[in-house]
Amino acid sequence: MTPTRRSAWTATAVGVATALVLSACSSGSGDPEPEASGDSDGLTPVTLQLQWFTQAQFAGYIAAVEQGFYEDEGLDVEIIEGGVDIVPQSVLADGSVDYAIAWVPKALASREQGAGITDVAQIFQRSGTLQVAFADSGISSAADLRGKKVGNWGFGNEFELFAGMTEAGLDPATDVTLVQQQFDMNALLSGEIDAAQAMTYNEYAQVLEAVNPETGELYQPEDFTVVDWNDEGTAMLQDAIWANSERLASDEEYQETTVKFLKASLEGWIWVRDNPEEARDLVVAAGSQLGASHQLWQVNEVNKLVWPSPGGIGIIDESAWERTVDIALNTKNDQGATVITAEPSADAYTNEYVDKALEELRAEGVDVDGADFQAAEVTLEPGGN
Amino acid sequence: MTTGRRAARSALWGAAALVLLVVLWEVVKVVVPDTGWHVGEASVLPRTDDVAMPHVWEIVTRIGEPETSATGAPTVLVAMLQACWFTLRVAAAGWVLGVVGGVAVAVVMQRSRIAESALLPWVVLSQTVPLVALAPLVVGWGGRIQLGALEWQKWMSVALIASYLAFFPVAVGMLRGLQSPTTAQVELFRAQAASWSRTLVSLRLPASVPYLLPALRLAAATAVVGAIVAEVSTGTKGGIGRLVIAYAQAASGDPAKPWAAILAAAVLGLVAAGLVTLLGLGLGRYRHAEVS
Repeated sequence: MTPTRRSAWTATAVGVATALVLSACSSGSGDPEPEASGDSDGLTPVTLQLQWFTQAQFAGYIAAVEQGFYEDEGLDVEIIEGGVDIVPQSVLADGSVDYAIAWVPKALASREQGAGITDVAQIFQRSGTLQVAFADSGISSAADLRGKKVGNWGFGNEFELFAGMTEAGLDPATDVTLVQQQFDMNALLSGEIDAAQAMTYNEYAQVLEAVNPETGELYQPEDFTVVDWNDEGTAMLQDAIWANSERLASDEEYQETTVKFLKASLEGWIWVRDNPEEARDLVVAAGSQLGASHQLWQVNEVNKLVWPSPGGIGIIDESAWERTVDIALNTKNDQGATVITAEPSADAYTNEYVDKALEELRAEGVDVDGADFQAAEVTLEPGGN
Repeated sequence: MTTGRRAARSALWGAAALVLLVVLWEVVKVVVPDTGWHVGEASVLPRTDDVAMPHVWEIVTRIGEPETSATGAPTVLVAMLQACWFTLRVAAAGWVLGVVGGVAVAVVMQRSRIAESALLPWVVLSQTVPLVALAPLVVGWGGRIQLGALEWQKWMSVALIASYLAFFPVAVGMLRGLQSPTTAQVELFRAQAASWSRTLVSLRLPASVPYLLPALRLAAATAVVGAIVAEVSTGTKGGIGRLVIAYAQAASGDPAKPWAAILAAAVLGLVAAGLVTLLGLGLGRYRHAEVS
């Protein structure tokens, strides 16, 4: 009897030990960031929270790390990826990170709920949101959406669409059929919806990476029409760099760091403008699993949202800001909700720091406007690969 | 029946189930029209065209091809294996933590009836908190924890969330097991003046094995699910959950790719549960009346 029992417990012990070893292994190699966080070389540690996984949408910051722009400013910047349930502006407000990237309307909504954050640089000067339809659908403006099945993502991504329809004299509640859209474009391609929401740098590329069953080739831009909210006049500001309002007001060191951080970030975006293919390679190396041609497309489209920047990259254009706030205040979605209910307070944005950063860059002879920026032509591969 | 024959037979059934699934998939593709089945406006069965449901052989072929056209890109298989290995280790850490916690809670509840009445509702309640609400909180807390030289890593948040799911079946199953000895058995121990710990080690723990093993398997599966969801939720790099989302972006242009990742995630859950089954092999002596 004794030997059996002993061997039984031995086997169990071995099993438990294996499980422990497995978990011990994971503790050894779980660190995804290769950079040492050491401030031994006198660098100021700074953390930046992204909205989503590593992709070319954030190429400027990745480039600023990899090209050493942050280091030149005496900063050791750690980029923290977003996730499905990570709200960058909340992470920033609760003090877990130093800066965050967020869309202006969403950040305004968070501010109203008590998040003390300030827009210190408006990287994307234009909105990247489109409504995409097949060319034969006859949809080429917001007014054409009447009576159609209109896809949207909801969760605060729908206000440009609703403002655009309202502007065009449509009642979003009765004149169109609203369809909750998934994050792929299959519903548009299969004809379940007539016009689908898409970002220029992501979902629009996805339809152009799909095979047209009629031709056996990839869909071409001629096969689609797009409603661009920048043209319809209901565009809202998107990717901006947000800082912690309280620390901006009281912490002199943080103010200085903000100028340095902005200067290097802007340099990153300028470098991406001038080196799109290298920028793509940096993003791929930083761990994006999206296809290479899709990433190059994304770099190019994001460049179009940033450049040209007439007032200098990162400047918050007052009229665009006012328009964003106006839509956020007055446009109701299908649940009757608005993004915000009152005018944001004066510290919602400031050009103070980005002005200083731009001044330094101009003094160094850097082209911060990109007036003669020309977008490239990117050929997409099937599946974006 | 010998153990060998039984193992062979269950392997056979497993393979048959897999073939059945493949056949079912293809039959649905043939029988259900491309646009799916609708009753009025409501969709009853989803679309079955090649974009929504690629053929099984397309998925298998895709697994063997490179992930992207970038030079040096690994095949989808290699990328998935690496991601699964990462997730498996994180889930294993969560599983160990959840099992230790679950067993501890069960022992406390068995020891004291008051503890049982006080704790059990909370144990049940813990599982009704949605993971999506919990994940950002855990990441938020984790960001501020620093234990000496140990800096909190994102994967630890993921493991913690996995353990939170894994602990539940263990706590409940273990409690049932610890309470399973009959009154006569317990009274025999009492008549011999056996201490509580003696009764625990010699009677209750051996008696709990048939209840614990299925709970451990269930915990392994939930730990994997928890790890995958938590990865997606918190944006942790390196695991299969992240890969599922990344590949899903190719759903329109490269439909076989996201299915490959989903397949890998499902297989990972099976592998984890299978590994735990190995734990039970040495405990055959105590498994006279296993419940599942």
